[in-house]
Amino acid sequence: MYKYIIRRILVFIPMLIVLSMIVFGLAKAAPGDPFTGRMLDPNIDPEVYEQQREALGLNDPIPVQYVNWATRIVKGDFGESMYYKGRSVASLVWERLPNTLYLGLFSLAITLIVAIPIGIYSARNPYSMFDYGATTFGFFGLAVPNFFFGLVAIYFFAIKLGWFPSQGTITGTDITGFQEFLDRIHHMVLPGITLGLAGTASYMRYMRSEVLDVLGSDYIRTAKAKGMSERNVLYKHTLRNAIIPIITLMGFEFGALLSGAIITEQVFSYPGLGTLFINSITNRDYPVIMAITLLLGVTILIGNLLADIFYSIVDPRIRYD
Amino acid sequence: MNQVPLLSVHDLKTYFYLEQNRIAKAVDGVSFTVSPGETVAIVGESGSGKSITALSIMKLIEKPGKIVEGSIHLEEKVISSLSSKQMTKLRGNEIAMVFQEPMTALNPVYTVGNQITEMIRKHRKLDKKQAQIEAINLLKIVGISRAEDVVNDYPHQLSGGMRQRVMIAMAISCNPKLLIADEPTTALDVTIQAQILDLMVEMKERYHMALLLITHDLGIVSEYADRVVVMYGGQVVEEAPTKQLLRTTKHPYTKGLLESLPNLKEDVDRLGTIKGTVPPAYALPNGCRFYDRCPLAMEKCKEANPELYQVNTSHTVRCYLHEKEEIE
Ligand SMILES: Nc1ncnc2c1ncn2[C@@H]1O[C@H](COP(=O)(O)OP(=O)(O)OP(=O)(O)O)[C@@H](O)[C@H]1O
Ligand SMILES: [Mg+2]
Repeated sequence: MYKYIIRRILVFIPMLIVLSMIVFGLAKAAPGDPFTGRMLDPNIDPEVYEQQREALGLNDPIPVQYVNWATRIVKGDFGESMYYKGRSVASLVWERLPNTLYLGLFSLAITLIVAIPIGIYSARNPYSMFDYGATTFGFFGLAVPNFFFGLVAIYFFAIKLGWFPSQGTITGTDITGFQEFLDRIHHMVLPGITLGLAGTASYMRYMRSEVLDVLGSDYIRTAKAKGMSERNVLYKHTLRNAIIPIITLMGFEFGALLSGAIITEQVFSYPGLGTLFINSITNRDYPVIMAITLLLGVTILIGNLLADIFYSIVDPRIRYD
Repeated sequence: MNQVPLLSVHDLKTYFYLEQNRIAKAVDGVSFTVSPGETVAIVGESGSGKSITALSIMKLIEKPGKIVEGSIHLEEKVISSLSSKQMTKLRGNEIAMVFQEPMTALNPVYTVGNQITEMIRKHRKLDKKQAQIEAINLLKIVGISRAEDVVNDYPHQLSGGMRQRVMIAMAISCNPKLLIADEPTTALDVTIQAQILDLMVEMKERYHMALLLITHDLGIVSEYADRVVVMYGGQVVEEAPTKQLLRTTKHPYTKGLLESLPNLKEDVDRLGTIKGTVPPAYALPNGCRFYDRCPLAMEKCKEANPELYQVNTSHTVRCYLHEKEEIE
């Protein structure tokens, strides 16, 4: 099994290289460069502009530029932001990353806590009122766009009812410890739910159909015929099998969660990677855009890798050779 | 047979309530008994209600199915009125079951040992270690060599025959009084079928169990069963001790089944088969359920379904042809 995991990780490396090439290529293919906006400024001498380009290596052949860039990335040097002068990309990303990570994890937690029990309950009572209700909610969750739901949530729960803050991560700087933790959670409720909406709907549907499937299988009948209690049949025999496809789904959804965060953070002015990303696009801050895109890609790859590894742990039928 | 029966099923009716208000009468008034130590076979074509009868005895009928009538007794216990909690104590412990599909009957994510020990620990007061030793012991009893290794194997690592042995090991683990085997060899290679059946008979003797053997193979019946219950369209159409049934077959359906059996003495060129198919359980005719396919059908067979006639002390048949032979 360790061999299997190591091999999965080795496969991961060429995928990373391809990913980095794509990110680099896309950035190169985009029109304009960091100075495009300022070219209209008559105070800047075209000669100086050329010197700057030369100094930044923008005139080198593309493959050379790629190798230079990639080498620096490997060393952890993502360069300097072209917009926030004097700030390294790494520090910008590093500063925002925790917020997005917390939001993502919080959202995932809500999603799982809500979706899995509902899915199980629906499956155990198929075609009941509850099940129809859950199905309706599921369609709603998949159909309503994130930003729209976010705006409606802000309108009702932040503005009308005033239950939750509509933006930011924290109220003030004078609170610490557990108080701070609670305050952060409080700020994450609306964006967390918004971000997790579609995921909740799809996990719910998946869980329902998986549990329903497993409940009808021969080995569940065997377990019942052995005299195992209803609890045992559900928790031991059913869930372990039903959860296998859910784990794969989680691997994929992990990346979707972060890309979803881009829009959600924007709606809630939540200072995470998403807002940084959108701002960088507006500012043509290529090094930041590239770093975040790369990060998103890596997250998706890691999600899949983790899914593969978990999968191999819960499903003994996976062959390691 | 003046012995008190071990299992007695009386007028069992299990219906499935389908869409459009259709009712599938999968089991429609079935009665039979199994005495201690006896092997009773239930035979019939696909769809005749054999499995549903077995699952009804275990009270494992799922929605939209329901046991609507009848009583089931295991010795003095009235199974049909036990609560679901009491049933979990009875299942596996007093009545065990082996299913048709060994490939899917074991949970793929747990080891063989895990699945045997959980059952042992549910019904017998053994700790984890003792249960594990007992599991290995049981695997040896059912003829699995390398039992110490197999106990840690997952089902997908075993062949179909091995899995069925594991199922049998599980079934005997709590020393049940009755073993129900629902077509236990249908999914297996012909070469392995006899081994598994022999093993079940051996286990039956060793543990003094009664065996309710469900099959559609009269060849198996003639070799292993003491008594035969022939089912058709959710009802019993003939019942007799095996020898009697084979020698003095009464019901045209049973005759049809026997003719479709490859006979070693005769030329096997022409295998008789019964024309037509079993009527669907949701659209049973008013008259005899075999009417459409019966070579000897009469006018009155279409009108009303015949009763079960007792033609001698141990032989009953549901056919007007034998109405007059009924004894008091
Ligand atoms: N879940 C269900 N819903 C509707 N009808 C059902 C259901 N289960 C069984 N039936 C009906 O009950 C009848 C008897 O089924 P059963 O499984 O007992 O047949 P069987 O004699 O065991 O056949 P086989 O040899 O194929 O196993 C069939 O006609 C089937 O259509
Ligand atoms: Mg069957």
